[in-house]
Amino acid sequence: MRITEHPILEFKREEKLSFYYNGQPVEAYKGETVAAALHAAGVRKFGESAELRHPRGLFCAIGNCSSCFMTVDGEANVRVCVTHVREGMKVEEQKGKGDVWNG
Amino acid sequence: MLISTGIPAKEDLERVRPSAERLAKGPAAMVECFQEIPCNPCVAACARKAISMAGGINALPEVDFEKCTGCSICITRCPGLAIFVIDQNYSADFALVKIPFEYTPVPREGQYVQGLSRSGEELGWFRVNKVTSGGGRNMTNVIALETPKELSMEVRGIKVGGYRDGE
Amino acid sequence: MVEAEIIVIGGGPAGLSAAKAAASLGARVIVCERDELPGGQLVKQTHKFFGSEKQSAGERGIHIGEKLLKEVMENEKITLLTDATAIGIYEDGVVGILHRGSFVKYKPQRVVIATGASEKFLAFSGNDLPGIYGAGAVQTLMNVAGVKPAERVLMIGSGNIGLIVSYQLKQAGVEVAAVIEAAPKIGGYLVHASKIRRAGIPILTGWTIMEAYGDGQVEGAKICRLDDKWQPIPGTEQDVKCDVICLAVGLSPLTELCWQAECEMKFVRELSGHVPVTDKNLETTHKGIYAAGDVSGIEEASSAMVEGRLAGYAAAESLGYGQERAAALKEEARAELDELRAGPMGAKIRQGIETMESKGGKVYVNLDRYSR
Repeated sequence: MRITEHPILEFKREEKLSFYYNGQPVEAYKGETVAAALHAAGVRKFGESAELRHPRGLFCAIGNCSSCFMTVDGEANVRVCVTHVREGMKVEEQKGKGDVWNG
Repeated sequence: MLISTGIPAKEDLERVRPSAERLAKGPAAMVECFQEIPCNPCVAACARKAISMAGGINALPEVDFEKCTGCSICITRCPGLAIFVIDQNYSADFALVKIPFEYTPVPREGQYVQGLSRSGEELGWFRVNKVTSGGGRNMTNVIALETPKELSMEVRGIKVGGYRDGE
Repeated sequence: MVEAEIIVIGGGPAGLSAAKAAASLGARVIVCERDELPGGQLVKQTHKFFGSEKQSAGERGIHIGEKLLKEVMENEKITLLTDATAIGIYEDGVVGILHRGSFVKYKPQRVVIATGASEKFLAFSGNDLPGIYGAGAVQTLMNVAGVKPAERVLMIGSGNIGLIVSYQLKQAGVEVAAVIEAAPKIGGYLVHASKIRRAGIPILTGWTIMEAYGDGQVEGAKICRLDDKWQPIPGTEQDVKCDVICLAVGLSPLTELCWQAECEMKFVRELSGHVPVTDKNLETTHKGIYAAGDVSGIEEASSAMVEGRLAGYAAAESLGYGQERAAALKEEARAELDELRAGPMGAKIRQGIETMESKGGKVYVNLDRYSR
């Protein structure tokens, strides 16, 4: 959900675009991060951990911690908290260690 | 205990409360700031120099109630939102309590809102007498509430939302 | 290879202040900021800052950040690079920067490291569930992206960040179930605590989180009371329904570049970890490299801005700029730091400075000034 009314802040949302999350189209605004757009769409699980396959989501949201790794346009281990959405981008849940060789 | 709950104790409040005599003369500021933190915008906020900090920016603010007129400028200038103005002479039955407010929606003048105590308990429905915006980049609203006189030292917050247009 | 006078690593409150100060004396500065949006944590601080007029007290953090950024952008002596991550300070003095996907080598005469800090994590059962977020992450979601981060939050930690973020959550229309704090006392400013308490948010001191649970994401938490030896008291367990658990349990200085540059480091608990030894100009033991802000010890943003100024003036002065003005400007900044740290809330940082000294680290502060 997006915040529309705030006592201090005004959110200037730029043009709308759409990207794919696990093949499903998701609406987003230009300039926002993949993590924010997914969160606004109610998606919190971004992948599964390498060993135990526990569901994982974001933690720091500023590119420090690598908790939010997803596969973006075939590239594995992308920190989606600092990656901006692009029209038609294909974002996929990453199960375990991403395949960096074959993408 | 303030340090373990965030709720000021009676003794804390006694130290900063304007005297009954002073309150009988007109509105006055109650600065509910009990910890020596590095902060002093309230000193510069007061045009009448009623607020002072003798020991530097970490000292506790002292209010000179002879100089304070209850003008309310300091309310929106305190970064801790810890200043309130109380007018015990507002009417025969009611006092006016001015509270800083930074939530949405902002109640409108004439609406009734639920007043909250320092621990967030609902104290009843009170009429909003006036809403003043801090304006520009200040953005802190001051809400003047009409409260029964005996509650003027208790009401310090407003429950957000659910405002009523009539009593 | 790009020659440079001063490179400032980090475009937060300390880094931007350092750049502005150095440029004001005439030095040419390059600031590299890894994010697209400069300003560091200032961009999400919607509350009014403390301190004195000299540190713009009473203005909101976001507005202080906007003003600082505008001054930096308008200064023709400063080049601000965004999406620019410093990935190494090498033995030959080269600073490698990954700027918009390209690796660029810079050869600066001076470096100011102002890389800030990262949020600490906490060990408890179920702590890897989606929905367990750093308090700063929640701020980023709601105050930068404008996304409602949760319906109901449990806040862990009552330092200034835990208290302020709880208030900001309430401002964004999110319910805060409680703020829990393992220590017997509230850690942050009591005015922040009172502000959220009167909004109906309970602050529970002497409580900790035992477990987070949920099917695929956070649905709740088990919390319990602690005794005076910090051990859980059996039978005090409570269940808290929430969809986000927010961790505000401290910050760690981001010192990787200091280590790589072989700055002498000391472990100082009160400064929140290993921090570089600095002198009265905030210069590290690696000559020409300065450290300012949270990287040299966790403190408030107002102190970070003053430290940035001090380091910026010192770096410019060492290059021959502002010889007649620098000494006074530096002294002014030091006096401001002393003032900000003089009260009871500065006790921890003063203790940190003492610990640093006792471990042989050179410090710039005159501890006598603190005796009040």
